[in-house]
Amino acid sequence: MTSEPSVVEVTLESDLKNLEVAEEIVRRVAGTAGFGEESEHQIEMAVHESMINAIWHGNKNDASKRVWLRFEIYKDRLEIRIRDQGFGFNIDEVPDPCSGDNLLKVSGRGIFLIRTFMDEFRVKYLPGSGTEVTLVKRIDPAHQPK
Amino acid sequence: MSMKATIRQVDSVMVVDISGRITLGEGCAQLRELIRDQLTKGNKRVLLNLADVTYIDSSGIGELVSAYTAVSNQGGQLKLLNLTKKVHDLLQITKLYTVFDIHDDEAKGISSFQKP
Repeated sequence: MTSEPSVVEVTLESDLKNLEVAEEIVRRVAGTAGFGEESEHQIEMAVHESMINAIWHGNKNDASKRVWLRFEIYKDRLEIRIRDQGFGFNIDEVPDPCSGDNLLKVSGRGIFLIRTFMDEFRVKYLPGSGTEVTLVKRIDPAHQPK
Repeated sequence: MSMKATIRQVDSVMVVDISGRITLGEGCAQLRELIRDQLTKGNKRVLLNLADVTYIDSSGIGELVSAYTAVSNQGGQLKLLNLTKKVHDLLQITKLYTVFDIHDDEAKGISSFQKP
């Protein structure tokens, strides 16, 4: 049986100024979950990039819209859900930024970094509610609570 | 902390000491403006000292690429100096580590530029 997770939920205005607010929350949550400094930074970057996608692409930089974050700390993993008010995107259509033609492109590395830094990455379009991404990072067994 | 940059000339090379965050928005815009300004002045040898960069995101990496291509397209050279571990790791992950000429010694970095 899975025990109930500890949950932190926050709703932020869709403004790039809130990136640092989200990063501060991530650092605290990741520290509480038992991640080391390197994993903490990876999670922070994955949330940062997801927030940018939500604010910039999902909510079209409209400050009247909102970005919703939910952190669930389980014994063995941290699950983060980030929801915007946009219309989603097809993850299969995101090009590989490391392939020859794309290597020197200015943009297109955000999703790649999220996938690299997290153990799981899922995107779900919720009709009428927006787009929700789920990020999962497993906690090293040595750092899991007994 | 937003990005700060100070520029000093060593021989014919413009060394740009950058500190703070190179992220989407202000940090990237500042770097773009700085490179454009140097190119306008005819300064085509640029060494970006990233020792005090505390945070860089995918947009910041994109801005480094943009700076590199802008300077290269003008027949100049843009090189990187003193990467932090975080920036080093990001450039490796994104396979850009081999694109940039990267130095950890300023004097050697400056002497690596082709003379005018």
